[in-house]
Amino acid sequence: MKGRSSDVYMVSGGVTDFRKADPSRDFRLRVKDAFDYAINDVNLSVSDIDGSVSCYFSDHFMRQVMAGAMVQDYLGLNPKPSKRLEGGGATGGLALQSGFQEVASGRMDVCAVMGFETMSQVNTWKGNEFIALASDTDFDYPVGGFYTGYYAMMARRHMHEFGTTVEQFAMVSVKNHGNAIYNKFAQSPMKITVEDVRNSPMVSTPLTRLDICNMSDGAAVAILASEEKAFEICDHPVRIAGIGGGTDTMRLSDRPFGEVPLLPNEKKSDYAGLKYPGLHSFRAGRMAAIEAYSAAGITDPPAEIDVVEAYDSYSSAELQAYEDLGLCRYGEGGSFIEEGKALLGGKIPVNPSGGLIGAGHAIGATGVMQSVFLFWQLQHSIRKHFGSDKSQVKNAKRGIVHTHAGTGTYEAVTVMEGVR
Amino acid sequence: MTINPKARIEETEGSRVVTNVDPLIVKEHYEIDYLHSYAQDSEFFRQIGKGKLMGSKCRKCGYVYATPRGHCMMCGSETEWHELPKEGKIHTYTTCYSGSESFLNEVPFHLVMVEFKGVDSLFMGRLIGADEDDISIGMDVKVRFRRNLHFSATDVYFVPSGP
Repeated sequence: MKGRSSDVYMVSGGVTDFRKADPSRDFRLRVKDAFDYAINDVNLSVSDIDGSVSCYFSDHFMRQVMAGAMVQDYLGLNPKPSKRLEGGGATGGLALQSGFQEVASGRMDVCAVMGFETMSQVNTWKGNEFIALASDTDFDYPVGGFYTGYYAMMARRHMHEFGTTVEQFAMVSVKNHGNAIYNKFAQSPMKITVEDVRNSPMVSTPLTRLDICNMSDGAAVAILASEEKAFEICDHPVRIAGIGGGTDTMRLSDRPFGEVPLLPNEKKSDYAGLKYPGLHSFRAGRMAAIEAYSAAGITDPPAEIDVVEAYDSYSSAELQAYEDLGLCRYGEGGSFIEEGKALLGGKIPVNPSGGLIGAGHAIGATGVMQSVFLFWQLQHSIRKHFGSDKSQVKNAKRGIVHTHAGTGTYEAVTVMEGVR
Repeated sequence: MTINPKARIEETEGSRVVTNVDPLIVKEHYEIDYLHSYAQDSEFFRQIGKGKLMGSKCRKCGYVYATPRGHCMMCGSETEWHELPKEGKIHTYTTCYSGSESFLNEVPFHLVMVEFKGVDSLFMGRLIGADEDDISIGMDVKVRFRRNLHFSATDVYFVPSGP
């Protein structure tokens, strides 16, 4: 099957708690803590690891170049093979896929994927500047210079195109802050209401402070293994059933107005007259989903996906992702959240961990963190790791991890399946 | 040859400020000058001085870009310069009340994506001359240019077309 030359499993994962600032540990120690959590959970040792993929977003945050090599060094993984992977906000999601490729190719039997970011060494506004440097620095950065502004313009266009409301965006924030209450690693657990979200300070219309995730210091590690090793290492490995990627123009202004790339359960007539992706939707996410679902044999996503860890850097981005990922049709994202389908206990719980809004966003660590949370869902080990099974999705068998870079400039979607 | 076991480094005033003792946190300053070339997009910035907003048109497939690019994303062919209309419509917008450090003295500001008749892609700019509540999708806007060029994409901005 495409994208799957031999079966690859996730066998363990570890994360540090995500915090606004964690100056008592540097990035190496944070990765070490997440790595030790992962190997101790399954009785692996450093000598069992054949190599690694490390990942972080920006050298600007720490002004330490080749920080990945320093992690490899600190963990005692030298002189085994390693590399650093970077892809904006999708960094961790792409690194997981790179680790998958290391194992699927037969190069490694056991591969550690190690994501991290230290964002607390600069103030929030400087952090926003570093993030905005991941937009075209000739035409976008000098004019907008602010990712929230870019996503806000997309949210506004989604409202115009489909009638989505700011209250529906806010419901995503309420859900994710609320789910984070049951996740002991999470940075921003909060019991809030739609009114609280709308009344919090306006950042970039229509998005308020509570529609937006926080910057974090944090690390996350995923251990991947070949089928042969997976069942030696772990009683409940989780199979990586398919990986997918998609891309789009760096500049939002260049997005075309074409046709929707269809999922197997959609028809061209579903979207008559819809100019796509324009600024309302993320074509890269749709393409990533199509590729990943094809590899995993998924033909009816709403019926075949039980749980999603989605990239909710903004509440609006999660709502848009429901549609890109085919959890519902384009234009139905607003009703999907409003009808409770994305809630714990809903049809397809999205971000039971709290996502980026609830758990935090240490950019390079984020996609790996999401993968670890999904892995625990599919292992049915949420109680063991979160200290509560309130957010364990009952009967979760198959799930997806979804990550964004830029304004959906790179996206990565990975399908995972429990085998217990 | 000099062997001096009593040698000592010169004592100077350090530039680092200690902000915390345990863990030890020090504040460091960093700044840099770049000599940035606009390269194949240089003409866009030069033409603003002549009162022209230049996009690109693909020489092969004819796709027209409001934001210039040297090669076409549809077919890979080279583009040529193409003057854009002086009026357009708002495709989407936002008002930023916060932003990156370098823009904090400019907030709040309005960002708009502008569509031009006969042009296939959009152009992002700032809008002035309107309050947040006055802005809407579909609103007519006019292109304006700074007189004192900053040689930045902000040399172009938009104002409402008015009645």
